[in-house]
Amino acid sequence: MRLVLTGLRAWLVQRVSAVYLLAFILFFIGRLLVAPPQDFVSWRAWVAQPAVAVAMLAAFAALLFHAWVGLRDVMLDYVKPIALRAPALALVAGALIGIGLWMLRLLSALE
Amino acid sequence: MSEANRERASDAQGGATPGAGESRRFLVRQDAAPRVVFLNLLQIQMPVGALTSILHRASGVLLALAIPVVAWLLARSLRDANGYADVAAWLASPAVKPVAILWTWALAHHLLAGIRHMLSDIDAGSRLHAARRSAWTVNIAGVAIALLAAGALW
Repeated sequence: MRLVLTGLRAWLVQRVSAVYLLAFILFFIGRLLVAPPQDFVSWRAWVAQPAVAVAMLAAFAALLFHAWVGLRDVMLDYVKPIALRAPALALVAGALIGIGLWMLRLLSALE
Repeated sequence: MSEANRERASDAQGGATPGAGESRRFLVRQDAAPRVVFLNLLQIQMPVGALTSILHRASGVLLALAIPVVAWLLARSLRDANGYADVAAWLASPAVKPVAILWTWALAHHLLAGIRHMLSDIDAGSRLHAARRSAWTVNIAGVAIALLAAGALW
């Protein structure tokens, strides 16, 4: 499997993740508006439901890929020197992967 | 006055004799004339779609920068009752509200501009008139949603 996100692959990832994020954000905001969490216990119980936790985890995955494709485009446009560009890309990639692992640990540990 | 400059000067005046200038064009490089380079974004008049597009990018960068904060807020709110109370108090504090409103604008504009972008992928609303109208709609609706959020927060 090729992991490099360029060209058509990046275009497709950006759109699939966008559609999923749109659906998740509408669901999430809608839920918060219709029934705002009353306290810690009800908030945590709601997020801990397997369907919600999995949907949220998938949203983070989509978000991090989406952010990667977008930030990569921005950096390729504005960070011209390779000596700067490579570390900048590596820093962003590392941060996104780190956040992804953090959210995986957080959302899979809820009971 | 150099040969090339004189050529350009006579072109600018509409050309003295059409035939004479025409034949000499083969002797000078066509790209010798300086191109118009005027890309001061603050001064050129951008079509409304350009504003939608550049704000799509700017809001995307803002939202990306907010990802660690969102992750941190989620983690803290789920940790324990104190963490939940901290997040609630933090989101309600006057110093954070302007940031929350800016974030809401960024999210609203980015989602709407993204929907517009994907609709044009399937060739919906890509004619000039419809594209301009949807660009205005996105720009205004993003701000309107942010104002609604501001009203709800204050």
